Amino acid sequence: MIRLLMVANRPTVPLQSVWIGIAEWLDLSRLSVENAAGTIVVGALCATTCALVGCFLLLRRMSLLGDALSHSVLAGVAAVYLLTGTIEPLPMFLGALGAGIVTAVATQFLHRSGSVPEDSSIGIVFTSLFAFGVVVVSQARGVHLDLDCVLFGDLAFAGARFENRLGWLMPEALGTLVPALVVTSLFLIVLWKELKLSSFDPTHAATLGFSVSVIHYLMTTVVAMVTVSAMEVVGLLVVALLTVPACVARMLTDRLGRMLWIAVLSGISCTTLGYLLALRWNSSASGLTAVVAGAELSLAILMAPRYGLMGRLWRSTQLRIRIAAEDVLAGLFRQSEAAGAVVSATAASCRRLAGEGFRGHLAMSWLNRRGLLETSGQRVQLSDKGHHYAQRLVRSHRLWESWLDQNFDLATDHLHDPAEAMEHFIGPGMRQQLEAELDQSHADPHGRQIPGPPAES
Amino acid sequence: MLTQTTLVLLGTVLLGITAGLVGTFAYLRRRALAGDVIAHSALPGLCFAFLITESRSVTVLLTGALVTGVAGAFLMSVLRRVSRLREDAILGTVLSIAYGLGIALTRSIQNEYRNEQGADLESFIIGRAATMLTGDMIQIAIASLACSITVLLLYKEFKLLSFDESFCRVQGWPATRLDLLLMFLTAVTVIVGLPAVGVVLTAALLIIPSAAARFWTDRLSQMMIVAAVIGGLAGAVGTGLSARLDQMPTGPLIVLSAAGMFLASWLFAPKHGRLWNRGLDDADVAASVAEVLPSDVSPEASS
Repeated sequence: MIRLLMVANRPTVPLQSVWIGIAEWLDLSRLSVENAAGTIVVGALCATTCALVGCFLLLRRMSLLGDALSHSVLAGVAAVYLLTGTIEPLPMFLGALGAGIVTAVATQFLHRSGSVPEDSSIGIVFTSLFAFGVVVVSQARGVHLDLDCVLFGDLAFAGARFENRLGWLMPEALGTLVPALVVTSLFLIVLWKELKLSSFDPTHAATLGFSVSVIHYLMTTVVAMVTVSAMEVVGLLVVALLTVPACVARMLTDRLGRMLWIAVLSGISCTTLGYLLALRWNSSASGLTAVVAGAELSLAILMAPRYGLMGRLWRSTQLRIRIAAEDVLAGLFRQSEAAGAVVSATAASCRRLAGEGFRGHLAMSWLNRRGLLETSGQRVQLSDKGHHYAQRLVRSHRLWESWLDQNFDLATDHLHDPAEAMEHFIGPGMRQQLEAELDQSHADPHGRQIPGPPAES
Repeated sequence: MLTQTTLVLLGTVLLGITAGLVGTFAYLRRRALAGDVIAHSALPGLCFAFLITESRSVTVLLTGALVTGVAGAFLMSVLRRVSRLREDAILGTVLSIAYGLGIALTRSIQNEYRNEQGADLESFIIGRAATMLTGDMIQIAIASLACSITVLLLYKEFKLLSFDESFCRVQGWPATRLDLLLMFLTAVTVIVGLPAVGVVLTAALLIIPSAAARFWTDRLSQMMIVAAVIGGLAGAVGTGLSARLDQMPTGPLIVLSAAGMFLASWLFAPKHGRLWNRGLDDADVAASVAEVLPSDVSPEASS
């Protein structure tokens, strides 16, 4: 209803022809295209600012502070209303900012001086302040103090509320979002080094003479400002924009600069997609923003190349297959060594060396692919390449046994198992080092010959 | 027949007592904010329950809420194991995504059932005890009573679990199952509190009374009693105020009364009150640190 009224007396827009062109192409009315563009811009700005500070919150283990601030902001707005009776944007903004700072300080104070655990002290402060806010707001009759806006957020509405500024028609929310983004960016640029250092190693930062607590409170103030400016757009769900894109970025990278970029892109895609889905399903844009963020995070947790579940599973499977295959090689080598001649074995008995079931098949194909085995009829034997590979393995195994025996007081029958595990991870450099450290390097503790390094072809 | 107000009063007092008892363990196990996650994850469950059954019965809706609430807690422990994210980030993530899903669903439901008698799902966000039906209230009272009794019956086991989990395991108690049960009781308490106190604030009922009780005593049994008393009192005062003052929401008033009692305990409690103590004494801390560090550790031994 309100939206319809606003549409009626809307001033003319610059770039009108462009909007009309896009609208015709999309087969929509010009106004809905404008609203959509406005909302997407507002959402993107909001997401960018939140993602930037969110990354630092995540690294500093302060994610819950964002949650707490988003709740207590209501108390600040309510207190300003109680004291002055005004609902002007600026005093409200200052009140909310004040409430944010009070939350951060009170939480720290309770935790430090009252010996209340940190999570409980956060829980106590923000719920009490929020309850206070709700009570006051529920009494504010006939005044535009919108509890629903805090609880649900209204991205679509915030994006469609235009006003004339500097001769251009732009969404009203930009009036707070742009300054918030500018201040946040300045804060990050000016204090980049200090923030980076104190986020990753607060103790080191303190010993270098940076005041960690000053940085902490500056950070808190910036977060409070960001939260307050984003609240009017997405409501309590500002928490989702603060934490989730940062988590997505954290899953994907280890570098701070890259993390910020990924978080910003992820945040923007969340608000944009969330808004479009909300249009499609006639639902809440801020709610669906959080849902899209959740979907992105699940994807990141599953598919991230390095830290994702699937990547980790793939690498550990690869490792398992390699170890099983190497066990086959070492087994064949030992049999040949005992017989004094090249021994061949049936494929089935080789598979048994690798372990039961499917793993045996995978290990055999791993070996065959690398040309480490030769097949003659029904039987297989080590190829030259395979013989060298196996010789290096057994050499690693026995060097390790000897080294353990020499340096630790272990019974002889306790040497095989650790060496069996270690042999797969000992490279040429380590073999040389082990050999150099051994007193006599011809026989292992069980009296068997340590094979020399194979002649490289 | 009891009047509506008396019934609501009875319900919220019982709720406060249960939250005090269960919350004490949540506090000791540093799980205070897990309740918050459960409460927020319950919101989509309310919506799903409504969408599936189209029922407006509070019991049906709360059953759905319990399912997703427990799922939220479970998701949290899974994420803790499989992802590289830390505890606080996991809490914030699960909480906000579940809440977002809940908001999106309530909005869709509201838009769909605009002119019909849709479930008043949004009332669960802030809570609206005053309009509850007698039957629902009785079922809620039974659930919270059951929770309290379970906690009291398993007092000894939970005490052991909270103070020394490894010892509990070594003694042969099923520590993991006890822990799950405690988590489940926390979830039930939170869910039972939803109609009266709402998604956003229910966690406060678990946290505030037990944190306040901590200032009064160092003994678990006494702490539970004090927490239950503070919880019950907060329920009574909050409901009373909201019945007296028109248009005041019950949930926030209950939380505010609890917060008032927390403030009073923090300042005036005889044992650890701020007015005659300075938190934990520094000398005490130094002594306990000295006790923990083995005296025979020397630089030579470790090199």
